[in-house]
Amino acid sequence: MEVAEDVLYTKEHEWIKIEGDTAYVGITDYAQSALGDITFIELPEAGVELEQFEQMASIESVKAANDIFTPMSGKVIEVNSLLEDKPELINKSCFEKGWIAKIELNDINEKANLMTPQEYGKLLESLDG
Amino acid sequence: MIVESIEKQTPLYQEHLHCKARMVPFAGWSMPVQYEGILAEYEQTRKGVSVFDTSHMGEFTIAGKARESGLDRIVTQRIVDLPLNTCRYGMMLNSQGGIIDDLIVYRVAEEQWMIVVNAADIEQKAEYFKKNLTVAAKFKNISQQTGKLDIQGPLSRQVLAELVPMIDQLEYFSFNEFDLLGHRVIISRTGYTGELGYEIYFPWDELIVLWKKLLANKMVKPAGLGARDVLRLEMGYSLYGQDLDLTISPLEAGLNGFIDFEKDFIGKDALLAQKQSGVKRKMVFFTSEGRQSPRHHYKIFTENAPIGVVTSGTFSPSLRKGIGMGLVDRTIDLKEKKLSVGEQNNRMIVYLTQRPFYKNGSLRN
Repeated sequence: MEVAEDVLYTKEHEWIKIEGDTAYVGITDYAQSALGDITFIELPEAGVELEQFEQMASIESVKAANDIFTPMSGKVIEVNSLLEDKPELINKSCFEKGWIAKIELNDINEKANLMTPQEYGKLLESLDG
Repeated sequence: MIVESIEKQTPLYQEHLHCKARMVPFAGWSMPVQYEGILAEYEQTRKGVSVFDTSHMGEFTIAGKARESGLDRIVTQRIVDLPLNTCRYGMMLNSQGGIIDDLIVYRVAEEQWMIVVNAADIEQKAEYFKKNLTVAAKFKNISQQTGKLDIQGPLSRQVLAELVPMIDQLEYFSFNEFDLLGHRVIISRTGYTGELGYEIYFPWDELIVLWKKLLANKMVKPAGLGARDVLRLEMGYSLYGQDLDLTISPLEAGLNGFIDFEKDFIGKDALLAQKQSGVKRKMVFFTSEGRQSPRHHYKIFTENAPIGVVTSGTFSPSLRKGIGMGLVDRTIDLKEKKLSVGEQNNRMIVYLTQRPFYKNGSLRN
């Protein structure tokens, strides 16, 4: 299971890659693997303001529907519209081509509520056992 | 407290793990939901050939005359005139007309039958048979000795012919006994995928040999319950426990074609009364507008009024959109109505259609 080193994590298996005042958000390798073949994603609308851990998108695999929550608060400034026709990009490249939204961050201090790659790696180990 | 896993295992449990299957509880069994991935296994079955472990299903044998044994009265379909070596799909009902199970009857000899039922509550169904068969019948529940593999896909005949050269003689919904790896076994040309395919009834303790032999052919890959569910739903086939159950009348479920009202069967009086008064619901089939899928238990709406419930839904790989079936209030005229499914404040538009959703299957090739 891949754990990217340059992002922070939630316990709900989202990641956030902070680049100054903005950040990319997606779901983790564990999440995409657990979901299986992803068939649909309902993306947020650009411009929408979200609280930390508020529902941002919903995602469906052949098996089930799930919600995705934003790791930090902010305004959605861009979404990965390629996912509308090719949601399987999340299965193939969850940390890169399968990013879901780009947000303008409200409060950088919120990252204290997130997990480092090391902490997230430990969470995955505990789930494995 | 120690929680023990009480799920039963088929003889292939270790083989599934070896094939990297994701195992899930299903009807009291631990079964593979997927190996490589549901969509890959779906494609493999639609275009090539897959093998499914269906050993969890139940098999009964009955010796006796069709009518005198009581068997004809248990099944909604007429079996008196069932030709030798053919199968017929039907149901067993309770006296209120509720569906206990859907099943397939095999006529093995003039007075010898095999019944194949779903995996849940096999013991209770065996009891029901024993209770309703007459003393003239000999009943056996052979589920624990009988393993089963389904080999399905347009290339299944070609692959199976390497082990059973005479297999090409089998017509759709017929069966015979064949020599296979040193055993005399029943193989029927049946399945649950909409593709050309076979169901092989094989000794439980030896099933692993057949599994390995089939997978030794590089054309064959294992497929799990996930792909099986997508394949069957694209055909509009009902799944017991979702689209059929004790509270659903076969008249509502759209299975009228598998009931013979010219003969006697358990539940007939209840169904006749329902016909008289009119059933409350009917099964409808629909596609969604985009890639979002209807799901089991979603509500069905016309405008803002809830009129029913989705019984099965999934993403259709062949249509590249969501598909589903569900029960709706029969009294509502659905023509010209906008339909949607989901929750009150989060719904997707759906369009009524007819089954099957997938029309290019190799089923009758």
